[in-house]
Amino acid sequence: MSGRGSLWRDALGRLAGNRVALVSLAVLALMVVAAVVGPLLLDYRQDEIDWAHMAVPPFSAEGHWLGTDRLGRDLLVRTLHGLRVSMGIALLATLVSLAIGVSWGAVAGYLRGRTDALMMRVVDVLYALPQVFFVIILTVVFGRSPVTLLVAIGAFGWLTMARIVRGQALALREREFVEAAIVGGAGTARIVTRHIIPNLLGPVIVFATLTVPQVILVESFLSFLGIGIQEPLASLGNLIADGAVEMETATWILAVPAACLVSLVFCFNFLGDGLRDALDPRDH
Amino acid sequence: MTMLVYVVRRLLGAIPTLAVIVALSFVMTRLAPGGPFDEEQALPPEIRANLEAAYGLDQPVVVQFGRYVNGLLHGDFGPSYKFRDFTVTELISSGLPVSLTIGAAAILLALLLGIPAGIWAALRQDRLADRLVMSLAVAGISVPVFVIAPFLALVFGIWLHWLPVAGWAPGRPGDLVLPVVTLALPVIAYLARLMRGSLLEVLRAPWIRAARARGLPPHRILLLHALPGALLPVVSYLGPAVAAVLTGSLVVETIFGLPGMGRHLVQGALNRDYTLVMGMVIVYATLMITLNLMADLVYAWLDPRIRRERRL
Repeated sequence: MSGRGSLWRDALGRLAGNRVALVSLAVLALMVVAAVVGPLLLDYRQDEIDWAHMAVPPFSAEGHWLGTDRLGRDLLVRTLHGLRVSMGIALLATLVSLAIGVSWGAVAGYLRGRTDALMMRVVDVLYALPQVFFVIILTVVFGRSPVTLLVAIGAFGWLTMARIVRGQALALREREFVEAAIVGGAGTARIVTRHIIPNLLGPVIVFATLTVPQVILVESFLSFLGIGIQEPLASLGNLIADGAVEMETATWILAVPAACLVSLVFCFNFLGDGLRDALDPRDH
Repeated sequence: MTMLVYVVRRLLGAIPTLAVIVALSFVMTRLAPGGPFDEEQALPPEIRANLEAAYGLDQPVVVQFGRYVNGLLHGDFGPSYKFRDFTVTELISSGLPVSLTIGAAAILLALLLGIPAGIWAALRQDRLADRLVMSLAVAGISVPVFVIAPFLALVFGIWLHWLPVAGWAPGRPGDLVLPVVTLALPVIAYLARLMRGSLLEVLRAPWIRAARARGLPPHRILLLHALPGALLPVVSYLGPAVAAVLTGSLVVETIFGLPGMGRHLVQGALNRDYTLVMGMVIVYATLMITLNLMADLVYAWLDPRIRRERRL
């Protein structure tokens, strides 16, 4: 037990020494707080129209810090709402793919043999499909709601996770503590949940951190095209689409959500890289 | 096993995947709540029945699927439900050349810029050039196509007036510059990173040290000893690169107003035009699988380890 404790402590130490990852973590925390609390503190609702201030640039009208869009809606509030929706979908979809991927991979890797071959064949076939295109079909079929988006993205996101986890599980089950558990009379379910899955945490955390920005990108890609989150609900994708239409005369309507999305993705990628370096020192 | 057997086996292996794609997209669109002719105003039942009969929707699903597959095998993707004057096949054949042109140009541009950038960075490891290339690469990977596209259009189209912001006419190559550059940028970034990493690794290999010890000139070591091996990861990235370019073309064609397949697909998705979306997805999937396969074959052909093993 003390061995595992020190493994995590070492990892934390290495992460603390990585300035880029720490700054990313801080920025992300700030963005989460802003997205959750921000809209409550500001004077405008996200769909509220300020008839006196339409398409005003940042810092020029009282109360509209980052300006307003063509309809006089406060851009800061809308961007924070978009951040909320984009992050919410990304976190939930990542959780969905974590749940499916980890259990699928852990079971396949632990059982081995024919079950493993069959389960991984399913993963291979789904892997060969162009995922974004099937997400598009699903949104066409089941309507463009946040729930459809969430389920559709989660339904494909677990594949890589299942592969990673299976590989790790195959290696783990040969270890002495699993043998000891089998000798001790533990059943398959108990070994998978108590011995295999806890030891998979490192790679799973790293991969999950790198999955979140991927999901954010897919969601905003679809929302940008008009197939994802729909007006009046804001997502970073449809805000950027709005801004792209107005960019000739009102650059800030594009710049604000675009800057927000790009820094979000940057931070998640840096944090993911930092976690990978911290948790897997063999890479150095 | 000879290379030929490998090729044939890989080709046969792609068929079940394609079958799954066709079946899955068909089943998904039939799961849809409501039919393709549900409009704001309900159609009179007689007209609705006539429409459904005209499109064969009154038949059992199995019969519909049989007809659809039979049509596909003859290159017929069925009628579009919303563009009533066009068949899906007509829309595909009008859009495919546009999409293929910008896609191929983007991949070519990415190879021409990404590989040399990666080599340059690797040879100047940890110096200014390396830092510069790698920072640009991180930016290129993190900034999505739908942010790059409006940004480039704003700078080069609206502010500088160098290039058209949107549109497409035969014989106006200027129209293609921004779309192609937009599609190529993320791939350039990836290729540069990949190339740098793999070249640095190869340069540490013992046979490179041996070549240096024999006093071979540096450019000879680079071109003849290091590069061939270092290029292999780049080749294996070509498959994902094609996927990225094809996915990105949805955005690029929409923003720059190019009449390609991507725009038809997006329009189809917005109109809930099932046959159009299905047909486009099948064509995109086929393209991706075929090009992926070709990249794999090139890889197998280039890698002496695989090549020799197959000859045994």
